[in-house]
Amino acid sequence: MNRKIYLALINHPKDFLWPNLANDLKKCVSLPFEPINISMDLELYFSRERGQYYSTLILANLLKFLPQDGEKIVGITDVDIYIPILTFLFGEAQLNGKGALVSTFRLRNEFYGLPTDYQIYYERLKKEILHELGHTFGLIHCRDFECVMNSSTYVEDIDLKHSRFCSICRKKLELYHKK
Amino acid sequence: MRGYKILIVDDELSVRRSLQEWFLEDGFEVEIAESGEEALEKMHRGPYDIILLDIKMPGMDGITLQRRIKEIDPQAIIIIMTAYASVETAVEAIKLGAFDYVTKPFDPDELSNLVRNALKQKDLTEENLQLKETISELTSHQNIIGESPEMQRVFELVNTVSATDSTVLIRGESGTGKELIARAIHFNSKRRYFPIVAVNCGAIPENLLESELFGHEKGAFTGAQYRRKGKIALSDRGTLFLDEIGDISPKMQIDLLRVLENKRVTPLGGNKEIEVDFRLICATNRNLEKLVEEEKFREDLYYRINVFTIFLPPLRERRGDILPLARYFIKKFARAMGKPVKKISPQAEELLLSYSWPGNVRELENAIERAMVVGKKRELSVEDLPFYFDKRPNMIGKKMALADIEKQHIERVLAETEGNITRAARLLGIDRVTLYNKLKKYGIQR
Repeated sequence: MNRKIYLALINHPKDFLWPNLANDLKKCVSLPFEPINISMDLELYFSRERGQYYSTLILANLLKFLPQDGEKIVGITDVDIYIPILTFLFGEAQLNGKGALVSTFRLRNEFYGLPTDYQIYYERLKKEILHELGHTFGLIHCRDFECVMNSSTYVEDIDLKHSRFCSICRKKLELYHKK
Repeated sequence: MRGYKILIVDDELSVRRSLQEWFLEDGFEVEIAESGEEALEKMHRGPYDIILLDIKMPGMDGITLQRRIKEIDPQAIIIIMTAYASVETAVEAIKLGAFDYVTKPFDPDELSNLVRNALKQKDLTEENLQLKETISELTSHQNIIGESPEMQRVFELVNTVSATDSTVLIRGESGTGKELIARAIHFNSKRRYFPIVAVNCGAIPENLLESELFGHEKGAFTGAQYRRKGKIALSDRGTLFLDEIGDISPKMQIDLLRVLENKRVTPLGGNKEIEVDFRLICATNRNLEKLVEEEKFREDLYYRINVFTIFLPPLRERRGDILPLARYFIKKFARAMGKPVKKISPQAEELLLSYSWPGNVRELENAIERAMVVGKKRELSVEDLPFYFDKRPNMIGKKMALADIEKQHIERVLAETEGNITRAARLLGIDRVTLYNKLKKYGIQR
């Protein structure tokens, strides 16, 4: 695949200290990542009642930022996101689509009253990006608890899995690219 | 979760889309409906493993929709989605058969667990249904052979009485298959998923029969080292089959009558009554009316058990069943012994048909088994059949009372077995207690 996967940093996420994120992800899976900064008025998607941001609407808007040479776009935001039916989300993706969104809000240790740990935070972020990206390639949740496509309800579940696809999911990815 | 089909019914587009996305990512096949009417239309087109239903919708509300869905598919697993305000209605929905409810918005974990549990429940229910079908197949009275009009009439009676909870009295000579009929009634009744507990009252000494039937507490008598549940208590929700009911002692008759009247038992050495719900089937080869007349059997117990009677005709009165039964036993033993015997020679058939079969079906079965053991050919011949067929004159047509024939036959078999009761009973196709009773009756010395 030659077309790029854009990592869109929405409104300069707080404590985002990893200029090499795209290169690091490339090491996990051989895909051409490219970081970009974008600005978005997130207040349009804010729910006063819930104190959270509506993920699906952010995602819909994010697609407008996909450059011409882009295959996919993964937005990274530091706000707490939701969909109406669920209390919270780590990320949302279009199954077999072009866009995905990841929130760092609940990936940080501080959210759970624990001391800051940038290493853990970074690992969680990489896994969530790969997970949501996997959905855009048509991958569904995987039963292999070490596979990055394993479903994560809580942050502990993210910590359990690895930042790579299992052999079966990798095979499916390859098939997707061949198509 | 691949392969499971889910239907989401909610009037809010955002909810439908969110859930659809969520379940698609989990590998479900997902369909959505925005109203009760659309959901019903989809329900008619195909079954769903799980239906997620919003309780509050314009038009047809969730509760009504749930009722309509259950009419289409009674096994449908419905999960109700509700806002905080309508928890009470959700509880109402569960009372009407919903699997569970979830309050919006819910934790992703809550939804996943709920769906996982619902699917587990669905799989178990389906497995249970399959097992029940298998049990019905294995236990249906199609397995009882009887082509004669007499046996067809018996089957009709079995079908009629199986649908009720009436006490049944099965009467017939030894070896006519009374227990098989009792089992057929049980396995065709609504109690079929609970046990049928059989007690041969004639084969158990009186002092043991009491503890066998009522159970006992630890230390109730010498040797009662443990607490033991009685057969009556074991038959709770099922069927209690009392064979040879005519042979129980006067004391047992009183105790049994009390249990049948109250449906409660007190184990020996205990002081607490246990409530038991069972259906009673009794069997006997004795003339109960005569025993009542002779005051050997309580009249009140007689009326209590003689509610619906099925008479099993002896084999000699339904000769049309002899050959089908013989063929059935040949097939059965051929499989068990791994022998290629498939049929009976015409001469052997004639011999089987000419015999009076005092031991009835059990005797026929034993005769065929014995013939199969000694037989060497693919066809069962006269030579393979028990030797007494060869040596004895054909008794049919001679002016002999049935009792005389029976007496002579027992004497012959006893001589052959050199007085060995166990072997003789086996050859005659009756149990040892029955043989002892017959020896006493005919005054035969061993």
